[in-house]
Amino acid sequence: MKKGYFGSFGGMFVPELLVPPLAELEEAVNRIMPEKSFQEDIARIHKDFVGRPTPVYYCGNLSRELGFDLFLKREDLAHTGAHKINNTVGQALLARHMGKTCLLAETGAGQHGVATATAAAMLGLECMIFMGALDVERQSINVQRMELLGARVEAVKSGTRTLKDAINEALRYWIAHQQDTHYCLGSAVGPHPFPLLVRELQSVIGREAREQLLERTGRLPDKVVACVGGGSNAIGIFHPFVNDLKVQLVGIEAGGSGRTGDNHSATLAKGWPGVLHGTHSFLLQTPEGQLLPSHSIAPGLDYPGVGPEHSYLKDSGRAGYEVVHDHEALEAFRLLSGKEGIIPALESAHAVAWAISDRAGIEPGSQVLVNLSGRGDKDLNIFRKAEQDTEN
Amino acid sequence: MDNENILTRKIHQALNEGRKALIPFVPAGFPSKDRFWDVVVELDAAGADIIEIGVPFSDPVADGPVVEKASLRALEQGVNLEWIIEGLAENSSKMQAGIVLMGYFNPFLQFGLQDLAQKAGKAGANGLIIPDLILEEVLPYIDLFNDHDLAYIPLVGLNTPPERLKDYAGLNPAFAYLVSVMGITGTRTGENKLLKDKLVQAREVFNCPIALGFGLSTKDQLERIRDLVDAVVFGSALISHLDEGKSAGDFLRSWR
Repeated sequence: MKKGYFGSFGGMFVPELLVPPLAELEEAVNRIMPEKSFQEDIARIHKDFVGRPTPVYYCGNLSRELGFDLFLKREDLAHTGAHKINNTVGQALLARHMGKTCLLAETGAGQHGVATATAAAMLGLECMIFMGALDVERQSINVQRMELLGARVEAVKSGTRTLKDAINEALRYWIAHQQDTHYCLGSAVGPHPFPLLVRELQSVIGREAREQLLERTGRLPDKVVACVGGGSNAIGIFHPFVNDLKVQLVGIEAGGSGRTGDNHSATLAKGWPGVLHGTHSFLLQTPEGQLLPSHSIAPGLDYPGVGPEHSYLKDSGRAGYEVVHDHEALEAFRLLSGKEGIIPALESAHAVAWAISDRAGIEPGSQVLVNLSGRGDKDLNIFRKAEQDTEN
Repeated sequence: MDNENILTRKIHQALNEGRKALIPFVPAGFPSKDRFWDVVVELDAAGADIIEIGVPFSDPVADGPVVEKASLRALEQGVNLEWIIEGLAENSSKMQAGIVLMGYFNPFLQFGLQDLAQKAGKAGANGLIIPDLILEEVLPYIDLFNDHDLAYIPLVGLNTPPERLKDYAGLNPAFAYLVSVMGITGTRTGENKLLKDKLVQAREVFNCPIALGFGLSTKDQLERIRDLVDAVVFGSALISHLDEGKSAGDFLRSWR
């Protein structure tokens, strides 16, 4: 396969000025990350700071009703409340080894921004976060968290004023500040080597879960289910199962309201390949190649692109991708909270919603592993508002 | 040379007249869809040697606010490649300047690169500048572009290492475009040693003319590097000038 490609997807579609820092990063990934001392540092940070390994939880109440065994990989219990921290502590440590003094990141709803600011504070790095102006308004608590953690948060007023524009602005900033700044990209998207780097750092989810399930049940799951926005939690849990060909991998995209004409984030289901943010992958775009605005009730899934490896897994048939709509995710949000005592992030609720739906067609007695990528406290306002809208 | 690329020839002609070649960049559909081709024709009449026509994209990561705003405005008016190529076909016979289409890869990719090469070449485009299509990614298409006399113009930067400059030189480009700042379009170019050194390096590596762009707004910025540059590109400064309702011709004349 061509360097930086997954089949025909991936690559490095960036301004030439970004080629040297990307080459520098690739070199560091290959040289520094395999070192024993780096691996030991990461293991220690995972254990003491992030709280790994996160448990795999057997949903006894729901499983009895559903007739199959439902397991959750509890990334919601990781520090800062989501899987995002796995990526940021890894990249922050790498950045420090590279001699960088500042971490740069984009953020949509603020989860990756908070995780980056957290890692930066822990490792003594400066932190600069770009966030769409619309998101700054909608997610003011996360802005406050980032600032408390010592980050500078810059509101991006261009384009659709959301995540996609925050990435544009972060790339622009990186062009000008590449000497002392590492761009801590938040998902398995972007130019090579980011999709590989982020996968490597998130694969801890799947490695742990695979081992935990084997130990507990003596066998591998029949299905592994995860939500897909950019797709970092999904690639993290999928990757260690890719060679277990009997394990079905199912990615769940956000279908928005499901009404014709409304925006959504079902990139793999409804888009086609194109180039955005440095990578060739499925996109939501016009026939002329302009990006379409995306939407999901789950802010973390709201992105018109998707990681190139997911495009490849879809194309090759190794993984399947399904769509869940806002109302189904909200129902799963309520259900998991009430039945299992776990409030899931609305993103993760998409994965839960599919697993418990009739559409999944899961055989009785089978075993399903869902990546519960984050906790849902952040989403209570969205949930309450959606409830009110339904009542009215 | 008989087989010299038209863009190379345009730059050499200017140099023979004892001046730098002038390469204005204007986003398609700017200042409005109706007036755009008049602006292009006016730039040509005022002595532009090569004109870069910007193909709008929703997410222009190498551009600053001025170009981005113009780009989004063009999209709102429904400017697309088809419109650009049609307009070019109508107007190119009236013009002397070489024509280059400059835009991000995705709109070209969705148009279909085979179609693009054929139609744009036929309509009178002489080259392509695609800021997010670097050496490794352009290789599959370079023969296609060459077959239709569409020159791929490489963009290189102050941080491009010498061996990579050589790789680009290996493509035998019509000219090479040196980005004068470590930043986006519209970032003002300073007079610095880094730029001068890189120009010297580029001169050694490339056989073709060297154009300098990004962040040029006044002629005196060129003072100390005059001998190292064959052509100058200006975009943001021209857009701001046009935005104030002033004429394209006036702007260009100040540079001649």
